[in-house]
Amino acid sequence: MSKQRVIVIGGGLAGLAATMKMAELGMSVLVVSFLPVKRSHSVCAQGGINGAVNIKGEGDSPDIHFYDTVKGGDFLAHQPLCKDMCHHAPYVINLMDRLGVTFNRTPEGNLDFRRFGGTLYNRTAFAGATTGQQLLYALDEQVRHFEVQGLVEKMEAHEYLGAVLNDDERCVGAVIHNLRSGEIKAEKGDAVILATGGPGLVYGRSTNSMVCTGTAVTSAYLQGAKYGNGEFIQIHPSAIPGRDKLRLMSESARGEGGRVWVPKKAGDSRNPKEIPEQERFYFLEERYPLFGNLVPRDVGAREIYDICVNDKLGINGEMKVYLDLTHHTREFLDHRLGGILETYEKFTGTDPREEPMEIFPAVHYSMGGIWTDYTRTSEGLIDHQSPQNQMTSITGLYAAGEADYQYHGGNRLGANSLLSCIYTGLMMSPGVLNYVKNVPQAAEDVPETVYTTSVNKWQESYSNIKSMNGNENPYALHREMAEEMISNVLIVRENEKLKSTLDKINEFESRWKNVKCVDTNDWSNPVPSFINQLWNMIQLSKIITKGALLRDEFRGSHYKPEFDLNQPSDFRPETYLEFEEQKETGNIQEDAFAPEHLAYMKNFSENNIKWLKTTIATYQNGGPDISYEAVDTSLIAPRPRKYD
Amino acid sequence: MTDTVTFKIKRQDSKSSSSYWETFTIPYVPNSNVISCLMDIQANPINAKGEEVTPVVWESNCLEEVCGTCTMVINGKVRQSCSALVDQLEKPIKLEPMSKFPLVRDLVVDRTRMFSALKKVQAWVNADGYHDLGPGGRLSQEHQETAYKLSECMTCGCCVEACPQYSSGNNFLGAAAISQSRLFNMHPTAKNMAGERLDTLMQEGGIADCGNAQNCVEACPKSIPLTESIAEMGRQVSDKLWHNIFKA
Repeated sequence: MSKQRVIVIGGGLAGLAATMKMAELGMSVLVVSFLPVKRSHSVCAQGGINGAVNIKGEGDSPDIHFYDTVKGGDFLAHQPLCKDMCHHAPYVINLMDRLGVTFNRTPEGNLDFRRFGGTLYNRTAFAGATTGQQLLYALDEQVRHFEVQGLVEKMEAHEYLGAVLNDDERCVGAVIHNLRSGEIKAEKGDAVILATGGPGLVYGRSTNSMVCTGTAVTSAYLQGAKYGNGEFIQIHPSAIPGRDKLRLMSESARGEGGRVWVPKKAGDSRNPKEIPEQERFYFLEERYPLFGNLVPRDVGAREIYDICVNDKLGINGEMKVYLDLTHHTREFLDHRLGGILETYEKFTGTDPREEPMEIFPAVHYSMGGIWTDYTRTSEGLIDHQSPQNQMTSITGLYAAGEADYQYHGGNRLGANSLLSCIYTGLMMSPGVLNYVKNVPQAAEDVPETVYTTSVNKWQESYSNIKSMNGNENPYALHREMAEEMISNVLIVRENEKLKSTLDKINEFESRWKNVKCVDTNDWSNPVPSFINQLWNMIQLSKIITKGALLRDEFRGSHYKPEFDLNQPSDFRPETYLEFEEQKETGNIQEDAFAPEHLAYMKNFSENNIKWLKTTIATYQNGGPDISYEAVDTSLIAPRPRKYD
Repeated sequence: MTDTVTFKIKRQDSKSSSSYWETFTIPYVPNSNVISCLMDIQANPINAKGEEVTPVVWESNCLEEVCGTCTMVINGKVRQSCSALVDQLEKPIKLEPMSKFPLVRDLVVDRTRMFSALKKVQAWVNADGYHDLGPGGRLSQEHQETAYKLSECMTCGCCVEACPQYSSGNNFLGAAAISQSRLFNMHPTAKNMAGERLDTLMQEGGIADCGNAQNCVEACPKSIPLTESIAEMGRQVSDKLWHNIFKA
């Protein structure tokens, strides 16, 4: 048998977890990454990683974690995947502990856990406030060890352009662009995994890193792969404004007791420390007595929008609120939150241990991504041997991490992203190898012409880009496009604006053709890559915007006030379960419910029948064709969310 | 008249071509950092003479000083450009690539040598496997605090750029890798390989190459106690040497 290998695109948590696991199982792996993998965007994750270990004796369990995850995602996530992930979470944390992650400890020496949004339990393991960095480093070290042993090869300063498909439309390799020499060539692989993260740069400034253009998954979409739930973009409630990027202020700041407030009086320009307690409005604590400052992110971002835009109570009339940690001691804050407080101080010049921070909502994460498959067992878990797990709709092309769409539904819970990345990378590996073992023809035996055809296409495309000599600067065009997305496809969505944005995106697409390639050097020239990425970002912005326009409901991060079902304030979600049960037995006792509750429940039920579905975008006639697919909700019955 | 900011940037098209300084004067915008200014230049690449030129090439990623990518020499001092705030810098602002690594283009250098050093000191835990083997051992809070600080090293290159001993002509491992060997020698299971790490540190390019200038600890953006790490590894190395002598 010829030597087989798997190509992993992207060296963040998901990519490195898969690399490490496949190498352990004896498979050769080629890792392709823009930057040395140690510099991947996973380093930006701050607060922690979830796993119901119940170290605090609160009665937490993987099933409660599963419930919180599904509820947090407004029931749009496939439940067997969430269940399997939550049940493996304690194992993932233990493994990372063994691999040397410097997790914070309890006095007795156990792993310490803190609270995060969308749950009432201390379920989040953390390493200071740079948990993502610490987790990534541990995986980077394992992969480096395999590199020394010869099982892993790395191509850093390289970018993925597209999949090589054979005559049966099966993925047999990848076209790779050397970012130094400019050379474009094909790499053979029996399977290719896209672990390329999210698309924050579609919005220009976000909490994402500069490599997060979503270009790899968009390339897969342009090659025919399905894209799922594109319109579900998470807006993080707390970020620090910046000209180059919006730096994250971790949810762990609230997990450690940070309180969000605004002055009760609009336009109160006093120094925040001079505003007495009774003149402060702790609006999250007041409106959500149960979850308080730790409501899920979609709820938090909307409330901040509401308090700033509708109530006009933002700091100095701007879209900003206070996040206050000053009631804690410096020692406590340095020990539990050190890294992020240093970041705040460094970039704003204000010491958050002494002054309340000023924060505002920013684009943070894409719940949507390339569509991927899975195989469930009869217990509602995942069959880890199945080659279908994490496979896109292109045979042999896989996706994992933020690049895929399946684990977070309509809204991701804080500290579930690190979990989903590592879990997915580990979980999918045996199945990928089963696929590789059984491919009808090993990549090495695929005719050379299959590869040269792909490479020629991309070489031609890049040489066309290099000769572009219009009058638009590609970077300036990107800024304009991002501005449009930020203005109209963010927290609050209105159909009129979404329609006009779609028209605008089509204009950007035409203007792209008039771009000038402002650098035509062959050596280490980032401009042609950026122009190609910009094209892909334009295509991806269409997926997001059209998905948002067509989804006429309010679910998770996708908020359309026009379609808000307006849950009565005294409504309990359990009532809905009774109602559904009665419906099933055909014996609805309408009199038993308050009339406004009954009306709400009927609307909720009808809305779910229509909209509790995955949005699928497929590339047709130059744009996304939108259709809908069923979601597996067989384990926890969908119900209205409530956090107060 | 609008306020402006002037940048003097050392540019070089490739390793083999010669370097030159180019000046850019751009409109001042409050709350700028070096990266946002480089982005402004990219969106309108016109130098101070009014000539249209290629945009300056640099590397960056996280922009919050946790990835290490955007390290360069700013006004003579090596640091990350994302956290270099324009309001706090002397003008004109001078940007140069790091000098200790092979130049790629403009402000981009190739730091492969730092990652090779991590291979040499075996900076990893030798795991039995990635299946479920239960939790790791218990560790004190004090241990965690020491280890966490060392583990924040992002291989950015500031320490070795500032080091008078580290040069393209030798193979000194540098402070970052020596500090990583300390991190793994203190880990409950990675310390099983401590002897091999010390053997590496005893060789040419190892601990003896440190000239004790102490520039590294000054330059480290994460305030990692690098000189403490070097002293600790020096102690471990000499213990091992004595041990070897008496054993023989």
